[in-house]
Order: sequence, then C-alpha cells, then structure tokens
Amino acid sequence: MSNIFIPNPKEAESIHIIREVAAQFEKPVLLFSGGKDSITLVRLAQKAFYPARIPFPLLHIDTGHNFPETIEFRDQLVAELGLELIVRNVQDAIDQGKVREEKGRYSSRNTLQTTTLLDAIEEFKFDACIGGARRDEEKARAKERIFSVRDDFGQWDEKNQRPELFDMLNGRIHQGQNVRVFPISNWTELDVWEYIKTEKIKIPSIYFAHKREVFMRDGMIWTANEHVYREQHEQVLEEMVRFRTVGDMTCTAAVFSQAETLDAVVEEIRASTISERGARIDDKRSESAMENRKKVGYF
Amino acid sequence: MTDNRKLIKIATAGSVDDGKSTLIGRLLYDTNSLTTDKIEAIQRNSKQKGFDYLDFSLATDGLVAEREQGITIDVAHIYFSTEKANYIIADTPGHVEYTRNMVTGASTSQVAIILIDARKGVIEQTYRHFFINNLLRVSHIVVAINKMDLVEYDEETYLKIKEDFEVLIKKSNYTSDQISFIPVSALNGDNIAQKSEKMSWYVGNSLLDHLEVLEPSDLQESTAARFAVQYVIRPKTSSYHDFRGFSGKLHGGRLAVGDDITVLPSFTQSRIKTIEFFDQEYDEALPGSSVTITLEDEVNVSRGDMLVKSDELPTSEKQLSAIICQVNRKPLTVGSKLILQHGVNSVLAKVDSIESVIHTDFSGEEATEKLSLNDIGKVNFRLSKPIHFDSYVNNKNNGSFILIDEATLDTVSVGFIN
Repeated sequence: MSNIFIPNPKEAESIHIIREVAAQFEKPVLLFSGGKDSITLVRLAQKAFYPARIPFPLLHIDTGHNFPETIEFRDQLVAELGLELIVRNVQDAIDQGKVREEKGRYSSRNTLQTTTLLDAIEEFKFDACIGGARRDEEKARAKERIFSVRDDFGQWDEKNQRPELFDMLNGRIHQGQNVRVFPISNWTELDVWEYIKTEKIKIPSIYFAHKREVFMRDGMIWTANEHVYREQHEQVLEEMVRFRTVGDMTCTAAVFSQAETLDAVVEEIRASTISERGARIDDKRSESAMENRKKVGYF
Repeated sequence: MTDNRKLIKIATAGSVDDGKSTLIGRLLYDTNSLTTDKIEAIQRNSKQKGFDYLDFSLATDGLVAEREQGITIDVAHIYFSTEKANYIIADTPGHVEYTRNMVTGASTSQVAIILIDARKGVIEQTYRHFFINNLLRVSHIVVAINKMDLVEYDEETYLKIKEDFEVLIKKSNYTSDQISFIPVSALNGDNIAQKSEKMSWYVGNSLLDHLEVLEPSDLQESTAARFAVQYVIRPKTSSYHDFRGFSGKLHGGRLAVGDDITVLPSFTQSRIKTIEFFDQEYDEALPGSSVTITLEDEVNVSRGDMLVKSDELPTSEKQLSAIICQVNRKPLTVGSKLILQHGVNSVLAKVDSIESVIHTDFSGEEATEKLSLNDIGKVNFRLSKPIHFDSYVNNKNNGSFILIDEATLDTVSVGFIN
C-alpha cells in the first residue's frame, strides 16, 4: 500500500519560511509569548528540523504582568523539548529609567515591551526575529511582508517594503538591520485552532473556560488583580471566562465562555461574531494603534 | 491538518475607482466573514463620511495613507472561507505606477479577478492588468463587470464589454475556457455570493459559486519534480549519528522512494532512500510538500543544490534570456551586476543586453537602454555559475528568479525565464 504525503499548503509554506530563516541568518531567535500563535510556531519549527533540534533559541519579553499560567506553561514546554530560552524583563528597563511606567485607568506595560525587545536584539545581535503575527489579525498586519526588514532602530517602513515574489525570500541585510519573520502570516485564527486540535498541541489553561475574578469596564471583561488598575466603583465578580489571545494581563480582556475543551473552543470560535483582537485593549486606543506601534519596532 | 478543503489564492486587479475593495468587502460580508465589531466599525466610518450605504472598502484599506486618500497603495491579504474552500485574496493596487504590486500579487495566485467599470468598459488599465496575468500565466481569470447598477443592469452593455475583452484574449496565451465573465454590482451584492434577480439574462454562476466549483487540477501545473535543498539536517545525536537529511519544498511533480535522482550542480547520481516529514516516513510526496529526503549514497549535497529525477533534467546554463519586470526605483541598465536568486540558490548575474521594453497594452515592444520601475522588458544575462532552470511556462517556481542590488540589498527585479 502506497503511503503518500499530502501537504497542508499553509503548514508547508510556514516550514519553508522557517527553514529559510535558519539558512539565511546567523543569529535567529523565535519570539515566544506563551500564546497559541507562538506555541504553533514552536511546533512548526520542530517539524522543520526534525530529527535535529530547533537551531535557534526562544526569546520571551516578560512584562512582569503575564498570567502566571503562561509562565508555568512556557517553562514546561522548554523543559520538555529541550529548548534554549532567553528571558528579558520590562521591569529592568523601568528600573534603569529607560521607560516610564504608565499610570492610571488604562495603564499597561504592553508598549513598554518594545524597548526591552530592541535592547535584547542588540545585546544578542539577533539578525532575525521569528514572530507569530498573522495578517488576518489586524488590517495594518495585512500589509506585512513575510521577511520584514527593520532598520537599526527597529522601525518598519511600510511604504518601502521589498516585494515578495513566488516563494523567494530575500533576507539580505546590512550591519545593524534585522528582519522580522512571520511564518504564519497566511493563517487565520481558525487555522491555528484547528491545527492545535489535529496536532494535539498543548496550550496554557487560560485558553479554556475557568472561574476568574474579573470586573467590567467599557463592555470588556478585565482581570482583577494587583497589576490591573481598578477604580473603587468597579466591582469584582467571579465569572466563567476564557482568553482568546494571551498578552499582558493589563491589555487582554477575557470573554464569557463555557468552553472547557479544545473541541468546544474551536466551535466557539467558529461561531464567534467578534474578531480576536476585539478583545485587545491595546488596539482600541485608536484606528491606527497597531500601525503606529509597528512603525517603532513593536512585534 | 484534517482540513482538506481546497485553498484558492486570488489576486484582484482594477483601476482606482472600479470598486475592488468594495467587491472584496462584499465577498467577506456575504460569506459571514466579517465579525460584528468589524461591521460596526464600517457602519461608524460610513456614517462619519456621510454615505447612505455601507462602505465595504473600509474593511480592506489598512494603512493610514490609504484611508486618507481612499485608495489602496500596497498589497493587502484577505482571508475567508466557505464550507467548500479556503480563500486568500491578494488585493493589489490599480495605479499604473504600482505594476510591481500587481506582479507580486499575481505571482502567488491561481485566479485573478479583473474588474471593469461597466460605464467605462475596457480601458487601457484593463489591457495592463490582463497583460500581467498573461505574462505570469495566472491559471484562471474572472472578468467582473462591476457597477451594473449604474447602467440599469443592461445586457447590451455587458455584451459589448465582453466582446471588447475577447479581442484581447486572442492576443494572449489564454484559451476561452480559462476566462469567465460575470456582471456584478459589488455595492448591492448582485452576482457576488447570490445570483442577481435584476440580471435574469445572465445564465452563469455568481462570483462565489464560480470560485467554489474550480478544481485544484484546473489551477495547478503538473510537470517535472524539482527539489531545491534549503537546509541540510544533521542532528549529530547518538540515535541519529549518521543522519543527513535534505530538506526543501517540492515543486512541479511527485518524488517517490526508490526514484533515481541526479544532484545538481554536481550531476552525482543516487536514489531516494526515505521521504520524511516530522516523525513519519512516506513512500511518495506530492508537489507543494516541505519534506526531508535522504539518499542511498553518501553524496555531497548543500543548500542551493537541486534534486531531480535522472530522466527529467532541467536546463543548465550560464546564459539566460528572460522577461524582466522592474520592481524598484533603481533602473536596470546594460552592464549592471546583481545577485540573481533562483529559488533558494544565488549566483552573480551581469546584464549582457536589454533587447526591448514591452508595451503592456499588447501593442508590441521597442528598443531601450534601460528598464525603469514598472517596466517590463526582454533582457539577456551572463551568470557566474550555471543555474538549473525550466522555462517559466513549464514550471513557475523553477522558471522565475529575483534580482537583488548588491549595494542596497533590495529586490529590484523579477524574471521569467524564456
């Protein structure tokens, strides 16, 4: 009986991209947030180089405001797969006076990550940073190249991008420049979830419905704990919720959910009428919030 | 992945006001691909601008400059799916000066939607869009005759445009079964996802139904197998001490265990021992597979080398004639030295001569000294080492290349080998 390999076109494209990174760059790194997209990247990288190990480290920019479940998951994954993990902390940049902590009602360390990321790139001389951004997430990301060249200041020049033709990737850069690489550019949120399901990939527990202390603000469900600014009248409730994206606690809102299994989560997303980043408080700042952050070197 | 729905990649082309973004927005809306928050944003924006309809173009025009000018200036990628297929649309700008973006979008697409404003008919822009699709051999073309609502859904108008377009088809490499005509109103949703009641004279499918019935076999070339080695996998662990796997993406045809292969450029012969993907072994791999291959013999293979079946050798030459599209402001001139990237392999190339610049309106060509941004022309090259290619017509991936400027390192041209 003939055993024929039938490719999944999106997976095949991602693996092609990840292999190009390993071949074209001296010091690549995989930006790992502990979210489902970067977990998917790890699986794709595993497949790309099997039976060899993933030939680059993971970099986590820790805001100090991550969900503890994410950090626990991260450490388990790294131990299980024998990966190299580098962690750099936003707290250090704050302590060194490089960035100032935001205050008040919508304060978040989300934008502060950029400084720590750029410092880490410089410290380790990373020339390629692999990220889990997808074009379907947000409309400025829809324009992003797969190999996106950044200047010495980490900036994105969106009007002057290299055209990407067929599947040829040009990662040639000058000293000081680096490339952000997005292997799952062409995946949708549902593609990622279906992949996690078929591949039986483990993900942090906060993606599943659980009881959590939350409060309501602007029609969104915020996590109630010491890192999230809360006014006195904002009442803390215990609700069944889950998270659709996993970012900083201060910028990731939860959704009401009873989906306790992967099947239920996938079904819920299929039926959902709110986009994934609809629960991202950081995108609500303005219509061009994402584009503006990307220009200065955000993920 | 268990998702065995077909993946259809579409490029859209049209002039500034043909309503391209509106058409895409409508496709998304009618396939329930827009989420409530996005629809609300569209409603808010449309109201702000004082429109009495929903401006779906706001769903796709992503950059600030585009929102300000109300036009699309860069390729945007849009995703939607139905029960039958997953779709990726590369939305490309329609200005003359953005030919390069159209070429980029078309390079990864199997279907092109060319929009024509029913009030204006076939115009110079239509010629250009069709010309580029013809040059890149995009497998299937849908000519969407839009704004039918503004010509009172008149059949005569539709037929006249179709007739004008058919004159162009005769000048191209297309056969008429590769091209379909659909009268639509993107604004009102006529013949987009549902058949329009206002155009009962039209007997064909709606745009979406038309895309749904396209078969992958209509859209994929099947030729010789080309496996360019991207990365050599050497685990150097005790359990895989002698493992040397050649990883890459297979294009054009199938490869199977036991196939006699030739390694290029060394012309060493061997046989395929295993085809592997992650922790599984397979007997055979289909085109489009990113797999790892091991060989029976210990042969020297490195990145950029190509594995092919020994009875299907490509052309190996140091001289090259190609059609070039210039995608950078820096012009291409005779004597220029550049990096030529062919798949994952790179060599140095020198422009020997530029024969002509080709008019993209099918009106012929003329002699030239240089190719400027968005020019398409015939160029001859000399290479530092031979490359192993097919003609673009026979194998898109192995018949195309990019040129990279040695100083700026930017991608400045794309080439299609004759």
